[in-house]
Amino acid sequence: MSSVIWTSFQQTLYMVFWSTLFSVILGFIPAIILTLTAPDGLRPNKIVYETLSLIVNVFRSFPFIILLVIIIPFTRALIGKAIGTRAAVVPLTVSAIPYIARIFETSLRETDPGVIEAARSFGASDWQILLRVYIKESIPRMLNGVILLIISLVGYSAMAGTVGGGGIGDLAIRYGYQQYKTDVLIICSAVLIVFVQAVQMLGNYLYKKLS
Amino acid sequence: MIKLENVSKSFGDLEVLKDISLQINDHEIYGIIGQSGAGKSTLLRCINGLEDYQSGTISVDDVTVDLKDKKKLHLLQKEMGMIFQNFNLLERLDVYDNVALPMKFWGMKTKTPEAKKKIEGLIELVGLSDKIHARPRELSGGQKQRVAIARALVLDPKILLCDEATSALDPAITRGILDLLSKINKQMGITIIVVTHQMEVVKQICERVAFIKGGRVLQIGKPEELFIRPAKDIKAFLHEDSELLPSEGVNIQLFFTDESADEPVISQMARKLNIDFSISWAKLEDFRSNVYGSLVINVKEEDKDKVTAYLDSVKVLWEVLNG
Repeated sequence: MSSVIWTSFQQTLYMVFWSTLFSVILGFIPAIILTLTAPDGLRPNKIVYETLSLIVNVFRSFPFIILLVIIIPFTRALIGKAIGTRAAVVPLTVSAIPYIARIFETSLRETDPGVIEAARSFGASDWQILLRVYIKESIPRMLNGVILLIISLVGYSAMAGTVGGGGIGDLAIRYGYQQYKTDVLIICSAVLIVFVQAVQMLGNYLYKKLS
Repeated sequence: MIKLENVSKSFGDLEVLKDISLQINDHEIYGIIGQSGAGKSTLLRCINGLEDYQSGTISVDDVTVDLKDKKKLHLLQKEMGMIFQNFNLLERLDVYDNVALPMKFWGMKTKTPEAKKKIEGLIELVGLSDKIHARPRELSGGQKQRVAIARALVLDPKILLCDEATSALDPAITRGILDLLSKINKQMGITIIVVTHQMEVVKQICERVAFIKGGRVLQIGKPEELFIRPAKDIKAFLHEDSELLPSEGVNIQLFFTDESADEPVISQMARKLNIDFSISWAKLEDFRSNVYGSLVINVKEEDKDKVTAYLDSVKVLWEVLNG
């Protein structure tokens, strides 16, 4: 039994790790564009901002379980198959991108406008302001967002069992819940609770250290 | 020298600066005073190109501030350091890195021995050597403003722009910051423009001041002139209404400048003219360690000519107020 749990836990880690990594990288780009083109941004552009914002909202409002299914052709085209732990990373990433993009945008736009004005007064270029003020000042807030993302991806990864993703959540559903194995259900839940708690504690520690 | 000629600016339909002409000399501490919303901060932002203006010209050392000529503006901004009401320091950088930040914007190295010497020297100048690696959150308001001052000086500017720099500080801390600004002005010869709504600030350090209301310059002069003989609008700004004066007899306002302030004019007048009068209102204040004041006396109608003749003879400025 313990080896099954260990394997499932590794699958969860695999899915959460890669989907976090890819979505953070891919979500950062729209976040920057949203920040720059926002009404209070360095290059306000209503059309770009509203359009991108709409796309983000549309993807965010998709129920994950639906996204999981309709994305299957895309997943197959991307990695050659639509079933398995590796394949589950694709829908997880796709659903996480708009989520983290919005979180990063909010974090970046919380930067004190006074500080940005001060930088401008010293002759900073827009690029320097983006890098040295916006991003630099927002790192702790963005890190908090990543922690939030990791924790919700742990939850979403349970649903990835639908496409054979495996993982602790899937184990809890199939063995624990559907086969009435209460002990498995309890162990799986405990593992997830400990994992989420550990991630949150690490996040809090890093936030304190960085800010 | 900073020269503003007929500068006007509007935000949409709202005209915030109306035909402003000013001239600020090198090495001067120049005040721009007025109520919130008078346009004084906007004026300051136009000088260093943070905001554009629609007509007129602004020039700094004969170079026109023009937002279309980015290259020229960029070089001009290096000549002007700026400090703000809310300090605007970067929370995640320590004092050293905050002061060094403008150098980074200009591609200068900030860890070389020369750079270190300069940055540490500025931090010493503002009296924060023991806080060099503290983060802004560990500092008090006054200390934060000191860091901001050091940061504003790191590119060796000729001009320091202060936007309500002491408005968030209590009076004792304000005095310390103003002393520091005076010291910087004297030691380094930096021209300082102070935008404020606090009369105290102008009184303590400004050599000249422009009073702004509704986007217009109402009066320019030495603070003592503005303060002792204020125009009507400035009187309202200073909360000096003449409503409290007695309605009977004649109210005469006397103005004391630095020489006459020490003379016992009033008691001598009472003795020499042998008349009675009452003192209705008075104020006596310090301007950069000179004393100036003003006094309103209430005399009987028949004594008016005697009193004014006497005041003329002792060379005290006076003015008959209504009533």
